[in-house]
Amino acid sequence: MSTPSLRYRLAARGFDGTTLLILPGLAVMLGLFIYPFLYGLADSVMPKEGPWYANYVTFFSDPFQYRTIASTLWLALPVTIVNLAFAVPIAFRVRLMTRQRLLTTILVLPITLGTVFVADGLLTFLGPQGWFNRVLVLIGLLDAPMKLTNNYWGVFASLVITGFPFAFLLTLSYVTGIDPAIEQAAATLGANARQRFMKVFLPLLVPGLAVTFCLAFVQAFAVFPSAVLLGAPAGPTRVISIAAYQAAFEQYDHSLGTAIAMVMGAVELVVVLIVLGARSFFYRGPTGGTKG
Amino acid sequence: MIRDQGLVSKIWRFAVWAVAGLFILNLIGVIAAVVVNSFATRWLGTWLPIGLTTKWYFSAWKEFQLSSVVLVTFQIVFTVVLISGVLGVTTAYALARRDFPGKRVVVLLFLLPLLIPPLTYGIPLATVLYQLGLGGSFWGVVLINLVPSLPFVVLVMIPFIEQIDPRIEAAARVFGAGTGSLFLRILLPLLLPGMLAALLLVLVRTIAMFELTFLIAGPTSQTLVVSLYYAVFASGVRAGQSIDAMAVIYMVTTLFWLILALQFVNPSQIVARAKQQPAS
Repeated sequence: MSTPSLRYRLAARGFDGTTLLILPGLAVMLGLFIYPFLYGLADSVMPKEGPWYANYVTFFSDPFQYRTIASTLWLALPVTIVNLAFAVPIAFRVRLMTRQRLLTTILVLPITLGTVFVADGLLTFLGPQGWFNRVLVLIGLLDAPMKLTNNYWGVFASLVITGFPFAFLLTLSYVTGIDPAIEQAAATLGANARQRFMKVFLPLLVPGLAVTFCLAFVQAFAVFPSAVLLGAPAGPTRVISIAAYQAAFEQYDHSLGTAIAMVMGAVELVVVLIVLGARSFFYRGPTGGTKG
Repeated sequence: MIRDQGLVSKIWRFAVWAVAGLFILNLIGVIAAVVVNSFATRWLGTWLPIGLTTKWYFSAWKEFQLSSVVLVTFQIVFTVVLISGVLGVTTAYALARRDFPGKRVVVLLFLLPLLIPPLTYGIPLATVLYQLGLGGSFWGVVLINLVPSLPFVVLVMIPFIEQIDPRIEAAARVFGAGTGSLFLRILLPLLLPGMLAALLLVLVRTIAMFELTFLIAGPTSQTLVVSLYYAVFASGVRAGQSIDAMAVIYMVTTLFWLILALQFVNPSQIVARAKQQPAS
């Protein structure tokens, strides 16, 4: 008895010609994502001067720099929570609609317009003479126009407009993935709308909501153009991406710039891991009848 | 569908629709403000501009050299779509059809760029590209944009490919189809709707991708969104109407592709593959 050929043994473990098709894509990701990432990590511990950790010391000892972490979180966390808090009830309403397409199309619009267009539009719309202030003054909610641009609220508005549709679409797809028979069963047993939501839907939705929270948070955390155009980039909306960009491409210190970029990625991953870790306390099982 | 008819749930229903309506109203306001301003002769401190004109479009087209910017944008975007399409579909096919040791690591590798802020990997990648002499070049912009778009194609295509019964391929093999004709005559027609959807979405995303292009683009490799950013950033030098005219041109280009994409995909299924319930 001879042993099977190498080719046969590899195929039995899942390696054959078809498996090799991943190689080009894998090579691109290794070359353009992993290599630069490792390069950046190495670059960040090779500062222009001082010991290997000098860049991180520079960042964490200068309040102008390390406060960018707090100001980024102070924007990203409330925005994410607000977006999710609005997305869930609206998704629950929309799920009952027969014509979802028009609404979802309107809501996808701001994602594709991108932050730069939205920032440009908000500068006019929210400005002291913009329609938003004019309407509020006209109906008597305000005596004088509010200052809404070039501060925290301008960036906040921009993140809600570009982030809410995304959170909504994700939530909607999770909500519609829940088998309606489950809700009907709960209703048959006499649960009212509130009970059905709190005791049936919410536990089933938690895993999906955790993922939605993470993805929406990643988007809000990466805020860059709107913080420059609509915010106060030297003051309260000096977010960490501005700090990283300035270090790398305005002071031409790519070592410090990548160090800040690494801090940015680390802070963001910590939040994502906390949220995904908390998810494991909840039910994780099939939510759809046939989806499994 | 079960509906509660109590007063509280009526108020609740109204509140939810009111919030959704306010959001859409503000969204329309933002877009309309840009559009109206781009046609305004003068608009200071009034509800609507004094007069309307189209001259800003001509001046924006000349002032920002938009003809070359639009051309460069489409060259870059279509190159990104082509490369990420070819590589993404082959990778997704292998990942959908084969199980091999280390597959989870590979899948994680394709997930990570979508979970990390673009600037975090963009800054080191841009540094590497500058050192390779690709900074400010066409290929620099294409390469940096591949990082989020290739994983996107892979992740959208995997479920599409998994839906296709492998026995169809086996049957084609039995009847003597080679790999080439199997791909061209069996897989491609079956995959085409999914590929079109994925590629159109990559197209729209790449047109709108500001952060990464901004890091690497030079004067001759700026896309529309980066030019728009510079125009808004340096406003005061140029007429606001001219910038808004450019913004409208930008909006029309993304909108065209978005509407095309929506013919093929239901947006709520882009992000997760949930079972759609027939509305009752």
